[in-house]
Amino acid sequence: MTLHELTIAEAGERLRAREVSSSDLLEAALDRASRTEAQLHAYLTIDREGAREAARKADADLADGIDHGPLHGVPVALKDNMCTRGVETTASSQILAGYIPPYDATVTRKLKEAGAVIVGKTNLDEFAMGSSTENSAYGTSYNPWDIGRVPGGSSGGSAAAVAIGSAFAALGSDTGGSIRQPASLTGVVGMKPTYGTVSRYGLIAFASSLDQIGPLSRSVQDAALMLEAIWGHDPLDATSYSGSYPNPSAALDDGVSGLKVGVVKELAGEGYEPAVETAVSAMVDKLSDAGAAVVEVSLPTFDIALSAYYLIAPAEASANLARFDGVRYGHRGEGATTEKLMARTRAEGFGPEVTRRVLLGTYALSAGYYDAFYGQAQKVRSAIQEDFSRAYGSVDVLVSPTSPTVAFEAGARVDDPLAMYLSDICTIPSNLAGHPAISIPIGLDEQILPIGFQVMAPALGETVMFQVAATVESLAGFTERPVLEELAS
Amino acid sequence: MTWESVIGIEVHIELSTSSKMFCGCAVEFGAEPNTNICPVCLGLPGALPVPNRKAIEWIMAIGLALNCEVSERSVFHRKNYFYADLPKGYQISQFDIPVCHDGYLDVTVDGETRRIEIERAHMEEDTGKSTHVGDGGRIHAAESTLLDFNRSGVPLVEVVSRPDIRSAAEARAYAQDLRAVVAELGASDVRLEEGSVRFDANVSIRPEGAEGLGTKVEVKNMNSFRSLERAVEYEIERQISVVEAGGELTQETRHWDEEAGVTHSMRIKEGSSDYRYFTEPDLAPMVMSASWVDEVRVGLPELPAERKARYSNEGLDSDLAGVLSSSPVEVRDIFEAATAAGADHRRAANWLVGEVTAWLRRTETDPAKLPLGGEQLAELVEIVDEGVVSSSAAKVVLEGVLQGEGSPREVAEARDLVQISDMSAIEEIVAKVLADNPEAVDSYAAGEEKVVGFLVGQVMTASRGKADPKLVSELLRKKLSS
Ligand SMILES: [Zn+2]
Repeated sequence: MTLHELTIAEAGERLRAREVSSSDLLEAALDRASRTEAQLHAYLTIDREGAREAARKADADLADGIDHGPLHGVPVALKDNMCTRGVETTASSQILAGYIPPYDATVTRKLKEAGAVIVGKTNLDEFAMGSSTENSAYGTSYNPWDIGRVPGGSSGGSAAAVAIGSAFAALGSDTGGSIRQPASLTGVVGMKPTYGTVSRYGLIAFASSLDQIGPLSRSVQDAALMLEAIWGHDPLDATSYSGSYPNPSAALDDGVSGLKVGVVKELAGEGYEPAVETAVSAMVDKLSDAGAAVVEVSLPTFDIALSAYYLIAPAEASANLARFDGVRYGHRGEGATTEKLMARTRAEGFGPEVTRRVLLGTYALSAGYYDAFYGQAQKVRSAIQEDFSRAYGSVDVLVSPTSPTVAFEAGARVDDPLAMYLSDICTIPSNLAGHPAISIPIGLDEQILPIGFQVMAPALGETVMFQVAATVESLAGFTERPVLEELAS
Repeated sequence: MTWESVIGIEVHIELSTSSKMFCGCAVEFGAEPNTNICPVCLGLPGALPVPNRKAIEWIMAIGLALNCEVSERSVFHRKNYFYADLPKGYQISQFDIPVCHDGYLDVTVDGETRRIEIERAHMEEDTGKSTHVGDGGRIHAAESTLLDFNRSGVPLVEVVSRPDIRSAAEARAYAQDLRAVVAELGASDVRLEEGSVRFDANVSIRPEGAEGLGTKVEVKNMNSFRSLERAVEYEIERQISVVEAGGELTQETRHWDEEAGVTHSMRIKEGSSDYRYFTEPDLAPMVMSASWVDEVRVGLPELPAERKARYSNEGLDSDLAGVLSSSPVEVRDIFEAATAAGADHRRAANWLVGEVTAWLRRTETDPAKLPLGGEQLAELVEIVDEGVVSSSAAKVVLEGVLQGEGSPREVAEARDLVQISDMSAIEEIVAKVLADNPEAVDSYAAGEEKVVGFLVGQVMTASRGKADPKLVSELLRKKLSS
């Protein structure tokens, strides 16, 4: 197995056995990037110099007997909506072209403290608004399994980089499925933690009550290792959870015997590709064979989750994006008055999907419409939370497809926002409830495109969720890697 | 027709916390522009607010001091609008669940006390400061605007009264009393000229006795109590003349022009702006537990109204109680110590609001550095009572004490101001003065009684002010008549 295909756990073993150095791992990832970026465009920025220095430092530390833990010396990538001090951070928007943050996001700081080597910043749909990475102001990312297709989104760049090996793992952000859906479409593991467990400080906000940072990785164990490095109470985030945390790595080998698994009735049927449904039910059967008690569970509110989401998320976004006015940083449009300057800045700086959502959100919050739209959506949100609690009264985890479809062709849904929005139908409920959920690759369809399986758990249910996810991973035995016609380095 | 004015006042109070509302930046007036700033108060991408617990305690204290109820649970909202000095494009404020609600302040004007109800006190953050450069600093004609974000995120408490105020004088009294309460708490610098307290007035008129409310006009830009009173007065008159001339009032915001003494329209129709309030998702609801509220309540100092009532009970008349009550705390502390040492309340208070306050003003001394102890003041009162010094000499004694010459008795001795109580010594001087002024003695014999005054003066001069003038006068009459 070549270096760039190693999991974090495997790479860590070799590092500590002095078989490889962090610099070796980094060069393998950088080499992989230089052979694949022209086709995939997973990265917006590759920080070769910074990464090489960090790798040298990691190697020197290890030589001195200083070990920062499982991520020590491991090359990882960050979605470009997480602030990195001194390294351009754009959220894939023209409005932040050239913006260099003066501070590190908490997750950036934690990764650095954990000894990880940050390779670069990955592409995303502008301000994380999208499900294909086609809404990036800096060009689309493509799927390593088929470069005519999208990698999903909005964390499509992170997913593509992890799938192709230009990073050993990456961070994404998940507001309505933006980690799990691209993970599903690119055949990697993607996980959204319980709301409040990973600090949002330094994450460029899309929808504050839904946004959550999480890992994309090549194994369930790696996702646990990444999560354990980045989460924890942060005094800089007032919504940060301060109680005791679950233990994702604790039960990875415990199997599912005796656990109750609920299959969500509403996340199947019309709109779901047969290959996806077949693969998911096959996995459900395997879980049953492995000793889990499988039941079908109905969560009727899931049918209205999407419409609630598309009021709440744009409403919050309309305020979160108000700060991009050209006054203090980023792009500035010309204007004789402050109002004109701001209007022009925003008209020039925001792409069409961002503009659409800001307008939608502004409208939803307007006097006279608030109760009918935003107020109503918040009620739906409460109803979904109640639906979940009822379900978790009788099951330990819920399972479903991660995405109704495999990766779709680039351009196919660009002009049809509603079809694009449906990509997140399986993932949105967990965001509305603030619950953790994970996508694990379980196979390929006949077009050789990956299919993802979603495991959802109640708030702070990461331990059992990872337990089930690790079992799914081993039952699936999914080891395929995308084959890309590589360019010469 | 007789018109009644209906006035509500919104007071914005900048809290004097050491750090800002949602970040760790220092709160400091007059610092170099844009030096107390960070990602949070600049609204940089990804920055998040973390509430300042001390600020929440201050607003609870202000609310309690204004007889408000403190909500068990209170929520921050985003108030959305675009402005160059509003870094996030929204202000974190409160909407339907403020920290404090339903209080009152009793206000006295011309001896009449009225209760002004307070609707709410809510917590918010201040904006940055815009300075318009070019063409007189007016926004419409400005060539450029300078932005200072030092003030951005400074904790601000907004106290909103109900429309219970009925005159400009009452508006002023309400604002002054509210400021005094906040000053007493130490919650703010309360410097009007620095903008740490700002008020807006909502003014309307209605026919005397009518129930409904007239068209409301918001008046802004008053930076002193006097300008508040003038602006409200002007606005009432303006509204009456518009209506009496058959015109119609517009619901709008008007700007007070201090120099011209008029309000003019800012061409902003009130109610036309939609702030699209919604719950601030970056902040959890605040929970004010009963024990926390009690903790704050127990820590409240004696408030001006309570103190004034106590002084009155201790025998001060209303005016004296009022003046002393609003005197600096150092002055009041001396009063407490002096009376504890046995001084008469009224005399001690008179000394403090009279001579001592005048001395502070004259010498521009900070009350905190006032070199007078309660014991010393008690002694001063005592030596006047005992007749050791005359009341006029006592003023000189005080001067000496304040200059650090020692205790009142020591100063009186050292400056040779002790009254001559020895009768024979006074008789000796009287005899000498009579001997030296035979014409005066003759005049008296001829019936010119007023010559006694002259002779008293002569004796006082000869005794260098130490003789008791009353005694001298009696003695002179006795000698002259004999
Ligand atoms: Zn700050």
